[in-house]
Amino acid sequence: MKKLFFSLLLCLCLPAWAAEAPKLDIGKGGQCVEDAQWMRKNHMHLLKHGRDDAVRKGLRDDKHSLKNCIECHASTKDDSAIARDDSFCVSCHRYEAVKIDCFECHSGKRKSAWLQRNAK
Amino acid sequence: MNEIDIQRRGFLKTTLGAAAVAVAPGMLLFQVAHGKSEGVSSKVRWGMLIDTTQCKEGCNDCVTACNRENGLSGETKATDSQWIRKIEIKDVSNGRELSLPMMCQHCEHPPCVDVCPTAASFKRADGIVLVDKHRCIGCRYCMMACPYKARSFVHEPLTDQNPDVPRGKGTVESCTLCVHRIDQGLKPACSEACPNKAIVFGDLNDANSEIAQKLRSVASTQVRAELGLNTGIRYQGL
Amino acid sequence: MSSHPPMYFKNHLYWVLLAAGGLVAAAGMYAVHMMEHHGHIISGMNNQIVWGIPHVFAIFLIVAASGVLNVASIGSVFGKAVYKARAPLASLLSIAMLAGGLTVLMLDLGRPDRIIVAATNYNITSVFAWNVVLYSGMFSLVIVYLWTMMERRMNPYNKAAGLAVFVWRFVLTTGTGLIFAFLTARQAYGSAILPPMFIVLSFAWGLAVFHMVQTVIYAWNEKSLNPDILRRKKNLLGVFLLGSLYMVATYHLTNLYFAHQSAFEHFILRDGGIYPNLFWWGYVVLGNLLPLALIYLPGLGKERCVMAASLLVILGGFALLYVFIIGGQAFPLNLFPGFDVSSSFGDGQIADYQPSLYELLLGFGGLAIAFIITTVSVRVLNFMPQDKPYIAD
Repeated sequence: MKKLFFSLLLCLCLPAWAAEAPKLDIGKGGQCVEDAQWMRKNHMHLLKHGRDDAVRKGLRDDKHSLKNCIECHASTKDDSAIARDDSFCVSCHRYEAVKIDCFECHSGKRKSAWLQRNAK
Repeated sequence: MNEIDIQRRGFLKTTLGAAAVAVAPGMLLFQVAHGKSEGVSSKVRWGMLIDTTQCKEGCNDCVTACNRENGLSGETKATDSQWIRKIEIKDVSNGRELSLPMMCQHCEHPPCVDVCPTAASFKRADGIVLVDKHRCIGCRYCMMACPYKARSFVHEPLTDQNPDVPRGKGTVESCTLCVHRIDQGLKPACSEACPNKAIVFGDLNDANSEIAQKLRSVASTQVRAELGLNTGIRYQGL
Repeated sequence: MSSHPPMYFKNHLYWVLLAAGGLVAAAGMYAVHMMEHHGHIISGMNNQIVWGIPHVFAIFLIVAASGVLNVASIGSVFGKAVYKARAPLASLLSIAMLAGGLTVLMLDLGRPDRIIVAATNYNITSVFAWNVVLYSGMFSLVIVYLWTMMERRMNPYNKAAGLAVFVWRFVLTTGTGLIFAFLTARQAYGSAILPPMFIVLSFAWGLAVFHMVQTVIYAWNEKSLNPDILRRKKNLLGVFLLGSLYMVATYHLTNLYFAHQSAFEHFILRDGGIYPNLFWWGYVVLGNLLPLALIYLPGLGKERCVMAASLLVILGGFALLYVFIIGGQAFPLNLFPGFDVSSSFGDGQIADYQPSLYELLLGFGGLAIAFIITTVSVRVLNFMPQDKPYIAD
């Protein structure tokens, strides 16, 4: 009975161990606005709280804004945080199977790059 | 009430008072540290005065500037968004012709805000009427209610938006008075682009502002004034 | 066919009907999927005609859902035995049509995935938001009402539940009318007569739907409706038709009297192409005069005539709503009275609308949902009206 239980447990754990952790293009990287582990856990709360303040009250928290996230974490290759499978937002969200709604409206491009391209 | 109850009440009072005294300065400091204020102020009311005598027929510079600033395609099919449009009007009785830009009039009492079921349409404290697209479900009731037909519905998936101006399929949008520019202390794009300086932008509540002074000295009208919406956009020479 | 016993054949027919309904509903779902994926660009709706065919279907279903309860109210509130026997069927139809109509309305949203937002963020000044409460309240009330009728132990509460439903459905149709009555911006709407007009229209449309379904159920069970009952109900339909004609005429006549509205009335009643045609031929002639003739002319008014009249009333209802909703938006807003106006955004022009196949599929999908709910419920529960051998009132 015990053996059966442990082998079952092993079977359940195997896929998790076998699945590789996502490899992501962290863009420029470097010092983040908050501790990295904390951000992994709480970035959505920052974004969600910040969006209401920004839209409704005009309180634009530049440090914790989506634009600032993208400024650092968009790939240095294509200036995007969502363009490829290993882009910063995409790779993690795909691994965790959490749908991101942000980029149906928001641009996933680094603003400086966007401005450069559109300054015709 | 017995002895114990009174003692307990006293104890609770003191503890709560002490806690408040201990926490309050911390909260204040927290707010200072995070630079949080109350947000935009209702002491300000943004508006525009459009001089139709200076607006040239055939000139589309304000529209082009708006499209470019906000990332609109600039196409004019019935399903395309137009935040600002030029209207050519001709007086039926005497044939006088005028040309003027029409966009969201940023009403003090906006019908779109009244009818929106989810409160996605809202008026910011400084008078700018906006759509919170995080909350818009795309019912289009506001488009039915707007007396100026100022709103557009996004009929197609969009890509490559301006990072400052998020827009997306299935939500309603309209002139934001370039709120992202106002928050940086800039003028709206149309006002800046007008070659004849026909669009004066400013704070209607500030007696010293250019717009307030001009409104005092020239005759101005609101479009569909009979509805009593008190628009933020005023027209001169109509 | 004759070699099979009737029961066997009917079982087959039931499944065929259900499959047909399912197929139409599935086609509606496909349309929703396409509209979700491509956006509303594949519908005929645009920035000028923002509400289209889906809204015609949805509003018809919702208005009729409220009106069909009239049958139940006459029974429960005014104590008429003939109607009381029909209250369960009326309640079922109400639930089914409400479900169909709301489904269409919800799936036509730009972001139907965010429907939960509508429940969690509530703007008390919005009639739409009131209607969310009114619709869900109606659902629960009618279910309770059905329960008080079908469960013997709950019978004592039947009268109270019937009264609550009676009041609620008046408020609900008022709410539906107010969606338009509060739109001061557009010439077609913004009139206080709209809520009562919708209430009277709901009586006629609801009763017509009820007649159709009742006739089918009687035929299915190889029973025939007592001619006395048929006569009373057809006369009621006639009265409702006259009432709704009166309300619609009043709406247009008051508009004609206001100088600032006359251009719009000329458009919708005379010059507007498809809209006056649909109004006069579709609504007035086919939807009212012909049914009235079928009901009242001597020698007519038999079961088949009443069935045909009911069908025509329903089609007339769709025609009226098309004219009201789409014609009302097609007429340009009057931004500058006394001026000729033109722009790139359709100012001063009659807006163009071509309904697309996807929209129609969505609308019919809503009808199919109502059909499926009705068919399944009628089969598994006893909704057949049980008349007493004599008519007491």
